[in-house]
Amino acid sequence: MAQTHQFCTFYLDKLLFGVELEKVQEVIRYLEITQIPLAPRVVSGLMNLRGQIVTGIDLRRRLDLADRSDGTAPMNVVIRSADGAVSLLVDEIGDVVEVTEESFERPPETLQGKVREVILGVHKLEKQLMHVLNTEKACETAEAVTSGAER
Amino acid sequence: MDDLIKEFLVESNENLDRLDSELVKLETDPSSQELLSSIFRTIHTIKGSCGFLGFSKLEKVAHVGESLLSRLRDGKLSLTPEFTSGLLAMVDAIRTMLGEIQTTEQDGNETYPSLIESLNLLQQQSQDAPPKSTPAPAPKEPGKKKQSANSKEGAAKSAPPASKTPPVKAATPIAPPAAPDPPKTQGVPEANLRPVAGKIGGALVDRGSVRPEDLAVALKGQLSGDTRRLGEILASMGLITAEDAQAAQQAQEGSRSKNAAAETIRVDVHLLDRLMNLVGELVLTRNQISQYSARLSDANLVGPTQQLNLLTSELQEEVMRTRMQPISNVFDKFPRVVRDVATAQGKQVLIEMEGKETELDRSLLEAIKDPLTHIVRNSVDHGIEMPDQRVARGKRPEGHLKLRACHEGGQVLVEISDDGAGIDTTRVKNKAIERGVITAQQAGRMSEGEILNLVFLPGFSTAEKVTNLSGRGVGMDVVKTNIDRVNGSVDLQSYLGKGTTIRIKIPLTLAIVRAVIVQSNGNRFAIPQVNIQELVRLDADRVRTEIESVRGVPVYRMRGRLLPLVYLSGELKLAKQAGGQADQDDATNIVVLQANEHPFGLVVNEINDSEEIVVKPLSKQLRGLKVFAGATIMGDGKVALILDVVGLAQNASIFSEASDKALAEENAEALVAQDHQSEKQTFLLFAGPDDSRMALPLSTVARLEEFPAKEVEKSGDEWVVQYRGKILPLLRLDVVLEERRERVRHDRKTVEPDPLQVLVCNDEGRTLGIVVDRILDIVEDRAEVKSPATREGILCAVVINDRVTELIDVPVLQKIAEANRTLSTEHAEVIN
Repeated sequence: MAQTHQFCTFYLDKLLFGVELEKVQEVIRYLEITQIPLAPRVVSGLMNLRGQIVTGIDLRRRLDLADRSDGTAPMNVVIRSADGAVSLLVDEIGDVVEVTEESFERPPETLQGKVREVILGVHKLEKQLMHVLNTEKACETAEAVTSGAER
Repeated sequence: MDDLIKEFLVESNENLDRLDSELVKLETDPSSQELLSSIFRTIHTIKGSCGFLGFSKLEKVAHVGESLLSRLRDGKLSLTPEFTSGLLAMVDAIRTMLGEIQTTEQDGNETYPSLIESLNLLQQQSQDAPPKSTPAPAPKEPGKKKQSANSKEGAAKSAPPASKTPPVKAATPIAPPAAPDPPKTQGVPEANLRPVAGKIGGALVDRGSVRPEDLAVALKGQLSGDTRRLGEILASMGLITAEDAQAAQQAQEGSRSKNAAAETIRVDVHLLDRLMNLVGELVLTRNQISQYSARLSDANLVGPTQQLNLLTSELQEEVMRTRMQPISNVFDKFPRVVRDVATAQGKQVLIEMEGKETELDRSLLEAIKDPLTHIVRNSVDHGIEMPDQRVARGKRPEGHLKLRACHEGGQVLVEISDDGAGIDTTRVKNKAIERGVITAQQAGRMSEGEILNLVFLPGFSTAEKVTNLSGRGVGMDVVKTNIDRVNGSVDLQSYLGKGTTIRIKIPLTLAIVRAVIVQSNGNRFAIPQVNIQELVRLDADRVRTEIESVRGVPVYRMRGRLLPLVYLSGELKLAKQAGGQADQDDATNIVVLQANEHPFGLVVNEINDSEEIVVKPLSKQLRGLKVFAGATIMGDGKVALILDVVGLAQNASIFSEASDKALAEENAEALVAQDHQSEKQTFLLFAGPDDSRMALPLSTVARLEEFPAKEVEKSGDEWVVQYRGKILPLLRLDVVLEERRERVRHDRKTVEPDPLQVLVCNDEGRTLGIVVDRILDIVEDRAEVKSPATREGILCAVVINDRVTELIDVPVLQKIAEANRTLSTEHAEVIN
């Protein structure tokens, strides 16, 4: 049997995304967020995660999706990164899915724009496609955005 | 990596650092046998460990050094600067090799043949030359053996003769150690033969029960296979009693346990960092609980909360102390640095250090290491002159460099001063103009201090020629940036021809700081208290009058100086708070901050408490934001950002580049004009004779009075009036001032005002009244001198309210009046 991978999934604007399970530190419902003036748009703010300060990244903005409608609180998918924990703000949390390499496919060449940078590929699940998120990239490019926004 | 190797590396690196300073010290005190022995032992240890661990190349290098040192120690050679340089080069080589071992676990491919060659050469050269210290004559009396043996070894204090050879042989000069392989390095480690304090032999010698010579015999016996304890051997030799041996044994045990207690342990730095983080979090939790308990006012909670408060603070302090290291860790490297630079340039420099035990956080120590080294280098390189120049200037040929560290008001102060040439402000000024840092016009306005501080600007170096050590143009600006980064400050003072002093102030620790919490548009921010000069609150109506603008830039006049204002909400583009009251009509809170010597006022909506906050760094996504220094978690569990005052000032263009500076200067120019208003004085304006405008500083006027003309008693030209039970002489301006005009006196009596307007003045304890025509006004104005006085009794002519006004000089007027009086009395006498 082919090797399986577990993914933590979540939704963004009805799209299904997945992050390798071992990269996820935890999933948290709601954390009060402190906004950072002058910060790039994709950085939604800072959160206090049990005494640890975590930077929140609004994945919708990162992927150039429309902003969440007001009143819907985002969920936090806290990712371990080399630079400490980063929280990805998503719409809704899905299941943990187990997939094999066979269902994986590179993103189609026609996929352009920001999404392409951040997506490693897709897994063809039974009902829909799961976009595999490149977490490093999702946080990393934000840095470039930062320096761009610098005055 | 092998634990053994790791330990070897740590130990050797420490030893090498010590070697550096000891070698330099030895140069100033070449006869110190103690230093020599210590240096020798260190090299010997390194060499021994190398052999053991199989680093043969390293061993070879250490070996030549050791044999050279052994000859030095034995007085066969005397120390010359070349020796020191050679040995220091060896230390460097060993250090490089250790670095190699650190990364590859091998001692590298470099064998340093030239270094070994030169060290050998040094040794041979000296071998040809006769040894400096003359061998002592063979001792005749056994009792004097000790001294003679000692003198042969160059008055060794630390090495009693017994350590070398048995007493019988002491007289024979020790054969020069056959350079490559002195037997002592292998068979019997020489240190073992030495009665060391803490060892029983040493204890016995100290007690005076055994002579060192006898001890040596016993030691020899032990080494040649006697398995008994030293005490027992000595007892069997009949030299000591069993009790003596026992007592010494006990003393030995005692000193051993004391040693153990005094011992320190090595702790991984990461562990300490982790500990510090945990304590930081504990502080946060404590803050949260304190807040909660204050709200609840539950007596059962208050007690433990206070206790928690105390304990946390204490714990925090102690943990912080574990991270504290003495500044000597950095200072001790400087003698070597100074020596290197001085030798390279043929200068003579004495280095003096004070307060080496001053402790500060190790991360800060790291942060100031490079800047300090740079400053020290600079001082020797550019500051201290060549010996002949110094002599020509009447100074001692050797320069003096002084390093001083101390704690001062919760900060660490490090001072580096030299008695060198000092900084030539004219040269700095010219250079700055040449480089376009400032314009000539600006330069003219700058104070000495401001000009000196130009050296901190990027790309500024006054060194006329670039040396290989410093003066590459990356200089003081890097120092300043590094110090700024840790919230420190640098201050430079220099007197041409006398020397330069650089003062660095740094906080004790970075992790936990005291900060003032401010609010703007509903956002909370922390401002480190060290940056804050003062807090100002202006009422709504004062806001309207006291906040002015210079070319659209809002400024506040604070004690006569204009303070540029920065609105935090505007600077950070904070969204207006929904439902928030319009703050325009409210009181304004100004936090007066200082960034790189530029004060500015930060306008915020609210100033809250000051609190201890734990500084957490921002994640990499946010590092581009220069306006924030970090973030912290507040007592209520929310995150607040910490403002970076320097970054904020840069963002607001309080200062940044030359162009900004020029702009600021222009503004300053406008400010200067206004600035003078600060020297405004209040004047009493009045009309003098012939309707001339005159004035007196209001401060000199005690009262304004009116006297009906009939109350004035006239005796000749002298007018007096009864005033508050005293006689008040009146000084008539028309008389005293117009005396010179030689007018006919009778004319002026025609118009006599009634009542008389009198200014009551106090002049040197005497009260007098000045009669004036009319009191015009009291005005506030700067007394800009327009022209000097044209007649006696007038101080000068100034422009007040756009009209030329004469300032009268009361003391002079009084003198004139007195002169007139005598004149009129004489006149009266003549008539009589």
